[in-house]
Amino acid sequence: MRDLRLAVRAGGGFGLGLAFFLIVVTLVPFAVGPRTELLAAIAPGILWLGALLACLLSLDRILALDWEDGSLDLLATAPLPMEGTVSVKALAHWLTTGLPLVLASPVLGLLLSLPAAGYGPLVLSLLVGTPALSVIGTFGAALTVGLRRGGLLLSLLVLPLYVPTLIFGAEVARRGAGALDYATPLLMLAGITCGTIAVLPFASAAVLRVNLR
Amino acid sequence: MNFNALWAYANPRKFIETADKVLPALSVLAALCMGVGLVWGFFFTPDDYRQGATVKIIYLHVPSALMAINIWLMMLVTSLVWIVRRHHVSALAARAAAPIGMVMTLIALITGAIWGQPMWGTWWAWDPRLTSFLILFLFYLGYIALWEAIENDDTAADLTSILCLVGSVFALLSRYAVNFWNQGLHQGASILRGAALVGDTEERMSNVYAVPLFVSIAGFVLLSLALIILRTQTEIRARRMRALMARERMN
Amino acid sequence: MPDLGKYAGAVLSSYAVSLLLLAVLAAVSIRRARRMKKELETIEKKMKNNV
Repeated sequence: MRDLRLAVRAGGGFGLGLAFFLIVVTLVPFAVGPRTELLAAIAPGILWLGALLACLLSLDRILALDWEDGSLDLLATAPLPMEGTVSVKALAHWLTTGLPLVLASPVLGLLLSLPAAGYGPLVLSLLVGTPALSVIGTFGAALTVGLRRGGLLLSLLVLPLYVPTLIFGAEVARRGAGALDYATPLLMLAGITCGTIAVLPFASAAVLRVNLR
Repeated sequence: MNFNALWAYANPRKFIETADKVLPALSVLAALCMGVGLVWGFFFTPDDYRQGATVKIIYLHVPSALMAINIWLMMLVTSLVWIVRRHHVSALAARAAAPIGMVMTLIALITGAIWGQPMWGTWWAWDPRLTSFLILFLFYLGYIALWEAIENDDTAADLTSILCLVGSVFALLSRYAVNFWNQGLHQGASILRGAALVGDTEERMSNVYAVPLFVSIAGFVLLSLALIILRTQTEIRARRMRALMARERMN
Repeated sequence: MPDLGKYAGAVLSSYAVSLLLLAVLAAVSIRRARRMKKELETIEKKMKNNV
């Protein structure tokens, strides 16, 4: 999978999303005050929101670089169908952004004094939920790829699409932190992720074909 | 009714001609229905024994909320028609309808907030229905922004219609997600329950309120229809103008 | 004028805001429709003269 390696390299900014995540989480106590019990209560939500924003930040890089140097046109004529290309792009985005966020989240949970019971569900929910963020984000990136000032529009388009993932993901983390049963939202989250992975690449590919016309 | 006859209106010229004929009557009818519904609702309905005079807000709140959803559905249908049959009028109708839907969503949200303040003691609550409408508003914003951002008409039509399809799925998902996330203050949809109309259930809305409400709903439907037709006509003309200008530049 | 009691502010403001929004929407639509029609006519006339 030379394409994957290429995409990973082109995706670049490995640490950028991670650093953004760290900064957001660091800023929260400054904004709401250093009270431990308050931080513990909002930690799951903050961590999810931070991960989501960090994901959003790197979305326009998914396709923009390939668009500029014309390799996207090459990919379009390659034997690999467009659906495969966008899936690989989304996978590459997840590996470079989503996975590091998942791995870093326990450490940042520590900073926000997340209750001990919450670590497992938090990591699990991010692990299950972030692929959906990448796939939805790729769709948004495909929509705005040809536009000069696409960045802001990309956020406007993608954020409403993130709502269900965020709701269920944060719900899992919150219930986990409160030592409650979190099976139902986790299943819903997994359902959304599987559904987006199965269906959205077709939409992204269709959009990309229109944009390359 | 022969639905195949509808396709004749996919011809832009035919659409404009017919629209010119239909629009005056439709506008007058819309103004009439809205006027009657709202005046009746405002001046000639009694106060509710629990909600006092605020019950009069229903004549704005319910119709606008209905139209907010129905216009999105209409955009979904016209987007599908564009994707499948590639009739320009269809894509332009979706474009024309979006701002109207957005205004309807805004009215539903604002009147809801004004109504909620005295009734629930709060302007805003993160209630499923309120939240879903806010999300719907965001979808309208994104959809309109995408139309504005793309210069090529056909590309814009393609991209926005795919966005509309994907957005519809996600809007539905959000609706259920939000329900799961928080149980709400908002009452169920009291008029649309079949039993509420004909049956004698306790939740049945009294006829005193129902009749002007239906007139008002009809007014909102007609008004939206008239505006959609007018704006579609405008979009067709704008598109034709862009095409002519492009041809002129070529020469 | 019906007696709106203590909720007069709420009812009146919601009617005012809604009608204002609808009026603005209608006015913008109508103005744009008129302008578009006129501009298209001028351009079509110009095109005809060129040919």
